[in-house]
Amino acid sequence: MSISTASPRTPSAHKAGGAPPGRRKTLRHGPSAWLTAPALVFFFLFAVLPLGGVFVLSFMHWDGIGQITWAGFANWASVLTDPLTGNSLWITLKVILLSCAVQIPVSLLLGVFTAGQQRYRAVLAVLYFIPLLLSNAAVAIMFMALLDPNFGMSAAIPIPLLSQDWLGNPDLALGVVIFVLSWSHIPFHILVYQGGARQIPASLYEAAQIDGASKVQQFFAITLPQLKYTFITSTTLMVVGTLTYFDLIFVLTGGGPGNATSVLALRMYLEGFRGNDMGAASALGVILAVFGLALALLLQRLGGKNRQASQMEGA
Amino acid sequence: MKQRQGTGSTGFGRRNITGGAAGWVWLAIIIIPLYYVVITSFKDQQAFFASNPLLPSTSPTLDNYQLVLENDFLRYFSNSVIVTVGAVIPAVLVSFMAAYALVRGSGRLLGGINQLLLLGLAIPLQATIIPIYWGITRLYLYDTLLALILPSIAFAVPVSVLILANFLRDVPNELFESMRLDGCSDWSMMWRLAFPLIRPAIATIAVYNALNVWNGFLFPLILTQSSDNRVLPLSLWAFQGEFSINAPAILAAVVLSVIPLVVLYMIGRRQLVAGLTAGFSK
Repeated sequence: MSISTASPRTPSAHKAGGAPPGRRKTLRHGPSAWLTAPALVFFFLFAVLPLGGVFVLSFMHWDGIGQITWAGFANWASVLTDPLTGNSLWITLKVILLSCAVQIPVSLLLGVFTAGQQRYRAVLAVLYFIPLLLSNAAVAIMFMALLDPNFGMSAAIPIPLLSQDWLGNPDLALGVVIFVLSWSHIPFHILVYQGGARQIPASLYEAAQIDGASKVQQFFAITLPQLKYTFITSTTLMVVGTLTYFDLIFVLTGGGPGNATSVLALRMYLEGFRGNDMGAASALGVILAVFGLALALLLQRLGGKNRQASQMEGA
Repeated sequence: MKQRQGTGSTGFGRRNITGGAAGWVWLAIIIIPLYYVVITSFKDQQAFFASNPLLPSTSPTLDNYQLVLENDFLRYFSNSVIVTVGAVIPAVLVSFMAAYALVRGSGRLLGGINQLLLLGLAIPLQATIIPIYWGITRLYLYDTLLALILPSIAFAVPVSVLILANFLRDVPNELFESMRLDGCSDWSMMWRLAFPLIRPAIATIAVYNALNVWNGFLFPLILTQSSDNRVLPLSLWAFQGEFSINAPAILAAVVLSVIPLVVLYMIGRRQLVAGLTAGFSK
């Protein structure tokens, strides 16, 4: 975090390597921009072009196999009037907001906590990492078994409140999705906050202690403000990640029961690859991309303009 | 939040009661599901239906593992290895070259490239999948492992460049200048000075990308079809369909799919965690 490190880093990333003026020309000469070419080729072919392509395809009729034909605004008209679109947008928004509401405080608290020195915290931090090793498919299958009303947890714990058909009840399924999402994502964000917290200079705490600040005051006056950029990095990742979250929900609930957990990304898959309507799915893809880019930019704004862009999207 | 009763210590709380309690609660939340999966994978069908789900079987069996291994598990495993290695090595090499140019070079062109790659971090993978599917079928790569490798490289580039650039910026300029005075070209400085110096960051990026590619689900689901080209996460999903009533066997497949990563994690844990926390919080 640039704000908390003392390293004499130049504010602008790409100029950091430039030699000061007055040196011999050979020194000022930097590496060729061609070195970025191989990375850019991949990036253009499989990320930038497809991003443009999805926009183009949203004005086409295509079943995924046959000819692609011009559709005009037909896909957009059908997508924008389909109540399922509004429904999936609303569910996506709920998932983003609620999972941030769960993930941010837990990751912040545990990240700051594990940044401390005690030995057992190091052991905890090792175990916290384990969910990151599981694929989303594995996480989903694990929780399907665990939440099974007949053979899962419900059978082990004779508390009626806990014996529910968690995934079969439309009122509960979304909550389960948010819980499982948080289960698999919080460990990563704990790591991010841990890294941020470790970079806060101890001298700030020493000074606060001399001034007689309590621990609680120190947390709010030093720790929280110093973690501002970590917060932005972590939250951007969280939001963009959740927005495109697909595989876990696909395996866990398939969007059901009914359409209770049918987020935008899943809606798009079903429309395109199950419904063989790539045009309408592309229109949903455009909405998804705009949504993602807008949220990332919004979070960057919140971070302040004087900060190097990379830090935010660092994300 | 930070109630600390320690005496005159500096830095973070020695006694952080809220954090401590939350830490143990969270540990339980993480461990219980994992514990359930492992013990269930050793139960036979009968024990699964009859016994308490949270108690280990009195007569553990390896039958489930045998069943999974007999169902082409090793083929899916090797497919996953091919795709992961095939995507991660090129991704790391091209990202390192790009990061080197962005940090050591200057000019508006490189500045623009930097901005573009940063923006790339916000491109949702999901939104681009239909054009990628179109492109892959047009290249006659549909249902091949190469179809999974190529886009995986592309989506690994932005974050890899970002993290590697963060580390490269910390290499003192004097080292480069003295090599320059010795007449070194940028190409050889890059590989003989920068690459060895930031090897920890290279390792971090490699493991981080490997984790993402190994666990990827969307590309395999959409870009492959036959079981010959199936990778592990997709095989779990397929097992789920095939063995739908044999939950212990499905969970044995889950355990088998995670073991390679647990082994890797145990080998490279310090490196990985230190690199990740530094890389994302710089």
